[in-house]
Amino acid sequence: MKNEKNSLTRRDFFKAGTILASGVAIAGSAVIPYDGVLFAAEAPGAKGKWYGIGIDINKCIGCGRCANACKQENNVPKDPFYFRSWVEQYTIKNDGSVLVESPNGGIDGFKQSVPDKEIFKSFFVPKMCNHCAKSPCTQVCPVGATFETEEGIVLVDENYCIGCRYCVQACPYGCRYIHPDKGTVDKCTLCFHRLKKGYQPACFEICPTEARIFGDLNDPGSKLNYFLKNHTCMVVKPHLNTGSKLFYNAISPEVR
Amino acid sequence: MEEHLQNLYEVLSKVEGYVYPNEVELNWSILIVLYPYITGLVAGAFILASLERIFKIKILKPTYGLALLTAFSFMLVATMPLVSHLGKPMRAYEIMITPHSSSAMAIFGFVYLWYLMVVLFLEIWFDYRRDMIIWANESKGVKRFLYKMLSLWTTDISPKAVALDDRIGYIVTVIGIPSAFLLHGYVGFIFGSIKANPWWSTVLMPVIFLFSAMVSGIALVMLVYIVLTRIRKQVLDMDCLDTIAKYLFYILIIDFTLEGLDQIHRIYVAEESFEALHKLVFGKLFYSLFIYQGIFGTLVPLATLGTLQFYKPKAKIRRVIYTVLPVLVLMGIFFMRWNVVIGGQLFSKSFYGYTTFKTSLIGAEGYLMAITWLIIPFLILSFLLWLLPPWKKIETNHD
Repeated sequence: MKNEKNSLTRRDFFKAGTILASGVAIAGSAVIPYDGVLFAAEAPGAKGKWYGIGIDINKCIGCGRCANACKQENNVPKDPFYFRSWVEQYTIKNDGSVLVESPNGGIDGFKQSVPDKEIFKSFFVPKMCNHCAKSPCTQVCPVGATFETEEGIVLVDENYCIGCRYCVQACPYGCRYIHPDKGTVDKCTLCFHRLKKGYQPACFEICPTEARIFGDLNDPGSKLNYFLKNHTCMVVKPHLNTGSKLFYNAISPEVR
Repeated sequence: MEEHLQNLYEVLSKVEGYVYPNEVELNWSILIVLYPYITGLVAGAFILASLERIFKIKILKPTYGLALLTAFSFMLVATMPLVSHLGKPMRAYEIMITPHSSSAMAIFGFVYLWYLMVVLFLEIWFDYRRDMIIWANESKGVKRFLYKMLSLWTTDISPKAVALDDRIGYIVTVIGIPSAFLLHGYVGFIFGSIKANPWWSTVLMPVIFLFSAMVSGIALVMLVYIVLTRIRKQVLDMDCLDTIAKYLFYILIIDFTLEGLDQIHRIYVAEESFEALHKLVFGKLFYSLFIYQGIFGTLVPLATLGTLQFYKPKAKIRRVIYTVLPVLVLMGIFFMRWNVVIGGQLFSKSFYGYTTFKTSLIGAEGYLMAITWLIIPFLILSFLLWLLPPWKKIETNHD
């Protein structure tokens, strides 16, 4: 036993040590930081514009003009399976049950199907792309056809998209669909074509109650930052850590 | 197009509760059910082959070549359901040319090619090289040319060259085992990494996919071996079948345990999505999950195989069992894929409602198309068995 212990010579020791050390070095060199978690094109706080969205649920009257304007402006197919922007009506009954409706995305307006005396409360929630800063849809695109612009807008290059639908699966908010004529994915662009001309996105411009606020998160004086500062805002599904930039005021926990 | 819209209106009328408007349409249809199913068969069949080659389980010898050719036949078709499902199939190559490094799907093309070309193709080639040279000398006409071409006009069949073939084949198989794990574990990761979908998003998904792949691949080779031996009017090697059944039993236990663990975990932690998934499982997935996958696909095979470990009935009875069981297991795994892929899209990510799966018989994503993609591998396999019959090979001991 003793002999065996002593049989490890200094030479052997250095040999083993060198092999171990080189193993560690080789293994270590493989551990390069992997950029699997996607961060946006530019982190918040950088100099350029960094667009975000605010929606005041208290102000939304459920007229659905935003959903309609979006379809008109962006040639979204008229059938009720394709929406870049839609409105949901939440009705919370006295017994605690929740009813959510969005007939034709709210474009044709809403009718309350629950009798008044059974309603605890009811409100409208406009939905659209959250333009996430760590967007899961951008992360999963196999060809990089969907990307984030410097301004923090998630866009799709339809000449590049292969139509695999992985991003549709990855979006937690249901904001993407496959365009039935093009075979590629389609989503809210925040009316990028209008932004570039200095206009507001169509759904913001049309809102009669100014429930939708659009602005630059990097500009401390922007309308959006004023809104965020003066209201208690929340994003939908915060636990998914998507870096959502769509902030709702007065949102109920029932909203998903 | 019109039909597609008509379908969607019909589905819309059947929506229960509330789904986001874009969720009415089911994005991944039956073709995407086939994709993990077929790749699973490949990985499983290959692992059965490597049991013989690497782990020296010589009793499995009769199925070695068969398992390899089966894996190869299915591998050739594996991408087809995927590509034909794309909105822009002609752009499929972009995934290879400009892969997006953060996408789990982008790696698919590379893993696939690596597995197909480096592992399966090379292993089969080195395994058959000598035989192809001999067969070329024995054949005439087109077949002779085919063999010569396939053996790349090599002629050296000296013991030294054959030993080298064997050595390289062995190394390829050693590389092949982690590759097979990678191939199918990776397919599981495609689903498991979607955090938006609680039915998919589990860290166990790659492992579950891997073991279910082995289960299905082993069952497939078992079935192909039995059917082929019958067709060739040969005697079944019962020892070999008993051993395959034993391995099938072991791996089925692991698979069942993992899936059970996944479900128990879901039930115990009962996260936000729990009520929605609970209703899904007992509603729209009841038959496919509990009856087809659970009882017929898992519990019946488990109980039968378990019994066979203690009590061996006559060979005649075992033959019947070994013919029926793989069919049940293959069906069970098919419905496992179905429950993952289709089941994961039936509920809304708002957890307030459910949509419906509807597909037609014909059309690019219809049942006929799906059946076609399942039949083609068998046609390829028949051709390969005609060209490279494993039973005509000169016995080599992979030592």
